[in-house]
Order: sequence, then structure tokens, then C-alpha cells
Amino acid sequence: MRAADALCEALKAEGVKHVFGIPGGANLPTYDALYDADIRHIQVRHEQGGGHAAEGYAKASGRVGVAFATSGPGATNMVTAIADAIMDSVPTVFVTGQVRTDLIGTDGFQEADVTGITLPIVKHSFMVTDPRQIPEYIHKAFYIASTGRPGPVLVDVPQDLSRADIEYEPATGTPELPGYKPSTEGNIKQVRIAAKALANARRPIIYSGGGVVNANASEELRELCAADRFPVTCTVMGLGAFPAPHEQWVGMLGMHGTRAANYAMDESDLIVAVGARFDDRITGKLSEFAPRAKFIHIDIDPAEISKNVPAHIPIVGDAKDVLPKLTDEYRALQADPERLEEWWRQIHEWQEQYPLRYEDSEDSEIKPQRMIEAMYKATEGEAVITSDVGQHQMWCAQYYDFPRPRQWINSGGLGTMGFGLPAAIGAKVARPDDTVVCLAGDGSLVMVCQELATAAIHDIPVKIFLMNNGYMGMVRQWQELFWDGRYSAVEMGDSPDWVKLAEAFGWTGVRCTDKGEVEDAMKSALETEGPVLVDVHVTKEENCYPMIPAGAAARDMVG
Amino acid sequence: MEAGTPDLIKLEDLEVTSGFTGRKHLLSLLVENKPGVLARIAGLFSRRGFNIETLVVGPTEDPDVSRLTMTVDGALHPIDQVTKQLHKLINVIKIRDMEPDQTIAREMAVFKVSASVESRGEIMQFAEIFRATVIDVSRRTLTIEVTGDSGKIDAFERMIRPHGLIEMARTGEVAITRSKPEA
Repeated sequence: MRAADALCEALKAEGVKHVFGIPGGANLPTYDALYDADIRHIQVRHEQGGGHAAEGYAKASGRVGVAFATSGPGATNMVTAIADAIMDSVPTVFVTGQVRTDLIGTDGFQEADVTGITLPIVKHSFMVTDPRQIPEYIHKAFYIASTGRPGPVLVDVPQDLSRADIEYEPATGTPELPGYKPSTEGNIKQVRIAAKALANARRPIIYSGGGVVNANASEELRELCAADRFPVTCTVMGLGAFPAPHEQWVGMLGMHGTRAANYAMDESDLIVAVGARFDDRITGKLSEFAPRAKFIHIDIDPAEISKNVPAHIPIVGDAKDVLPKLTDEYRALQADPERLEEWWRQIHEWQEQYPLRYEDSEDSEIKPQRMIEAMYKATEGEAVITSDVGQHQMWCAQYYDFPRPRQWINSGGLGTMGFGLPAAIGAKVARPDDTVVCLAGDGSLVMVCQELATAAIHDIPVKIFLMNNGYMGMVRQWQELFWDGRYSAVEMGDSPDWVKLAEAFGWTGVRCTDKGEVEDAMKSALETEGPVLVDVHVTKEENCYPMIPAGAAARDMVG
Repeated sequence: MEAGTPDLIKLEDLEVTSGFTGRKHLLSLLVENKPGVLARIAGLFSRRGFNIETLVVGPTEDPDVSRLTMTVDGALHPIDQVTKQLHKLINVIKIRDMEPDQTIAREMAVFKVSASVESRGEIMQFAEIFRATVIDVSRRTLTIEVTGDSGKIDAFERMIRPHGLIEMARTGEVAITRSKPEA
């Protein structure tokens, strides 16, 4: 069998049904094999789009997302998506073509040292040096990508080796990797100490991150929170892991989180971090972060524990394994729930005093926050929402209550503008029966608008609700607040005409400029067959509040 | 303890340990003998802002496994964070933070020293005291090989330097755990 055919067989053996990618010289054999393979290939229009689509697929489904690219520029185009996947721990396998082995190192046509370039941004990578390695490396790549802390794995396949003839033997079982043994169970002694500390805490809070989503542990998180009235906050990556709205839900934390969540972190005496990594967008000024708190830190990646904030009770393990043990141990202690009364009184006070709020327009102008509220109503809070990066992302995180995990798909760590549309395409391919909406920013969408063709050609009926304010809004906000209002290169102007652009790509395009019409425009887009773009013109210079200015402490939130 | 009161942990009793130890650490890594492993380790150090003081790579008794011995300053970097990041590399099989009193560490160094007729005798005496070997000689120079722990090599360098140190090359330490006498 040709090694390229073995590659497709190996992918199928891993359960792959969809691949995103673009062919080129160096991966011609793979694409020839794909011609007969029973795998649906979605031909994207740029490799970055293919990479993000694989991420969206993985985030929406929990399965490994796969993207193909050719050597050189094909692979380098995918680098942003690979970096995005490592930052947000997305289980992905990237298969890149490489020039023939006799050309490697000669600066051959379309040659780039892709394993070298991606070294700092992959969980692991394999360079194929013998065609017989191909099925083995694919098997290992899937195992590494999907276990432990998930992440991207790259397999680089030289063109001549993928044409070679090999005996294909399916790789089975747990692959032999002497240096890779993720521990999942969590030390029970540590769990007991954590339970006892928790039973003694008077101002505890659960700080939950994307790791809970990755671990499929939101059920288990809910159980822990049912054991007592612990307040719960989530990072932007963790939204949906705890169902919102909920009486224990205090909102997102961090730079644009709620005051209640940030103040609760600030005042807490015991913070239980689960699958979260104390990113600078969460902590603000590190030396003033949660100064009264002790920390229980549950994470599958030991290197995250005490990386930014030293943990008093570290627990290395899978949230799905550890949380039920913690819940059981805690319940056995029969802690007095009354002790949390005072804490809740304080939190309710903050919630009443500082709700999320905005001033609605007097006329027909659409405030961006109102657009999110309309989106929530139009989708009945049930859509899978993908997002770009910027103000719209933060407003959505604030104003859209996500009842379930894997319903909110965004680029949190790398903060990649242009993530939303290709991620929506991937999510829709993974979950064809669910409504998938890309909440786009106009600065972001134009970076990947070629993928409008992908959705149209492959009949992937995603909807785009474009929050169009004519600016790269978040950068503009910073220039307004911290750079004396000197707007430098942030205006988008009125190009493109999004309705015409959508139509040119075979989409239905609708414009909406009246706040009374937004919800209906969205509803009608959801009912329209095929992909639809709703270009929503919102207030041009609205700022996203509340906000912890960069390098400030949670106490010093503004707006 | 009162009946019904569980022995809870007092939050004020909880403490954290600092990752900074303030001393040099000798890390001994067993890694898969595969292309690119050294690049992964070097890349990790530069990406995380860790500094490697010395680094030695060589084969082990198992042809599929290489040993990498490195020294890292625990005053500058939290050692537990360094080792945990190293552990994340798939090709790193095992890491041992060598305890100084249970470790035999050796380094080799060669020194080229200017040796006039007057000073030659004294330099050769030093070499003898340090159980070093003269491995090359010319009319004006001596080249000397010394083996020992890094402290001994530092000491030899201090003795030799006043005579005019022309060139020095050191390997960096390799190390192995000391066996218990009864073993």
C-alpha cells in the first residue's frame, strides 16, 4: 500500500471523518489517497482557516480536529492556528507535506523547516524519516493530542516517503511513549486536605477554566457546587462549564469580568482553581492578586501548578476524576452551610450595586450590548457561538448566558482575530444539527473573509452576526483610554460593503441599523437556508466595561 | 475534638514552598535518543527564559536512551518549574535533581598554560597535586588535563591562571548517584 493511503487508513482507524485543508506540491500523494478514502475533506481557502476550522471542530465536539497543509508557505500559513491550539489546549493533529528527503536542507522550492518553526508551539511533533513510521506516528499523534492536557501535534511527511510502498499494519493499543504518562487520578491525601480546608473556608470561590470543558467535567463541577453554596466564576475559556444563569453563578472574572466575580476573588480566603492557569488577564497585577486567599489548584498539567501563583494545596489530575472525590470528601465532613451566609450577603451586595449595565440609545442606534441581548433572545440561548477577538468577544462573554459547555468557542489565550468564521465552519461540520453562529468583529472578519467561500461551496450553513463598528474596537478603546485618544490605524472605514461581499461569495447578506429590528433580523437569518451574514451596525465608539486596566488590581476596576 | 466537629484544616496554617532554592542544581535527564531532542530542550529553556549553565549530552548503557546532564541556578529560576516544564517534553523519560551529598559528579578540563623555563616546574607540581596529566608540551606552553568535580577544576584554574592561561576548555559535569555501601 502507498504510505499516503496508509496515512488515510490510519486516520480512519482513529475515527477521523472530516479533514480541513489545502493541497500543494508536497502533499499531492496524500490528496491523491484522499480521493478514494472515505473521509470528508473540506477544502478551505487559506491554511490558517483550515487550522482554526480543525480547532472549532475539536472544541465543539471534544474529538481531535485534523488539518492538512502542504510544505513551506502552506505550513507556515497554519502556524497561527497551531499557536492558538497550544494556548487553548485544543486537541488537534496537523499533517504537513514536506519536500522530498533529497531536497531537505537544500533550500528547495517550498521548503521550510516546519518542525523547527513550530517547535515552541506544539505539544509534540514528528518528522517522518521512514515511510513505515506514518501509521505509527499518526496513532501516537492522536494519543498525545487527546490525552493529558490536550494540544496540537504536528506530523511532517516528506513527499517521496508518502509515495513509498509499505505494508500497512494498523497501530492499536496505547502507544509506547516512555516519557509520556499523564497522571489523572489526583492524590487522595491532597484531595482530603483540600476538602478539609474548604469546609473551614468562610469566603471560598470556585474559579473554573477551560480545563473543565476539556475534561468534560462540567457535570462533576456542578456536583461539587451542589455540595454547598460555593460561588462560581469561570474564565473566558470556561464559560458554559457551569450553567448560567444560576444562583451560585457570579459571572466571568478577569479583565472584563463582573465586579462581583473580581471582588469575590479579591476578598476570598480560599480559591479553588480547576483547570485554570492564572493568566495575566485573570490576575491583573500579580502582587495584588487575591491577597487574602489560599489556593487549591487542580490541574492535569503539573507545570501549571504554582507557575504564576503558588498553590497551597496542589492536586495534579483530571478534573473529571478529582472533582467527584473532592465532592465526596467534602460531603462527608458535613460542613456548616450557615458559615457562608455572610459571604453571600456581601456577594449579593456587589451584584446589586454593580450589575452589568449599559446606557441604551435614545434613538434607533444599536448598542453593541443590546445586539448581544438580541442574539441571546433570537437563539434562545441555545446556539453554538464562535467569536473573533475584541470588544464583541467580551460583550458576548458578559451578556450571553451559556447554559452548557462547548457552546462558546473562542480564542482566549492567543487572542487570534479572525478565529470566529473558520471555527464556526469546523463547529458546524462537527455538529450539523446545532445552530452555529459566528459573532464576528469587522476588524477580525476581514482577515479571514475568504472562508466565506468555504461555507458556501461546501454547503455549511453557518450564520455570521457581524458587530460592525467600523473600528478595531478594543484597540480603539485602549487608544481612547490610555493613549490620549490618538486613534492610530484603528479605523476600518466603510470597506467592504459586507452585504455585497456576502452575496459575492454566495451567501445571503442582510444589513441592520435599527435596534428595533435586530432580533427579528437574526431570527430570520436563523430560519433562512444556507449561510447568512447579518451586518449589524452598532455604536461606533462604545467602550467595554467594567475593566481592570492592564497591570492594575481587581480592586481598581473602572467603568 | 468535640463530637461531630471534623478535624478541619485551618487556612492560616497553609503555606507554600518557594521554588527558588538559592543553590546550583545538577539535573540528570534520561531522554529518548532521537533527532531534535536537544533542540526541544534548548528551545524550552530559551522560551521560558531559563538559563543553562552547563550541558553535557552523551550515550548511556541503553542505545535508545541518552543522558543529558545540566546545571541550573536555583537562585535565578524556580527549579520545580524548570523540571516540570522539562517533563512536559514527550521525549524526556526521567529527570533527577541530583542531591549533592549523594552524587558523584565529574568534569574534565584541558588547560593550555604559558610555561617558561622558570615556572615550568611549579606548574608541573600543581598538576601532580591535582592528579592532572600533562598531555602536550611545547617550548613555551604546557597543556594539562584535569578531572574532578567542578570545585576541583575551579581550584586548579585559580592556581594556574597567574602563570598565564592561554586557553581553557571544560566539558561540564556528568553525574551519577552514589551507591549505598551495603548495596
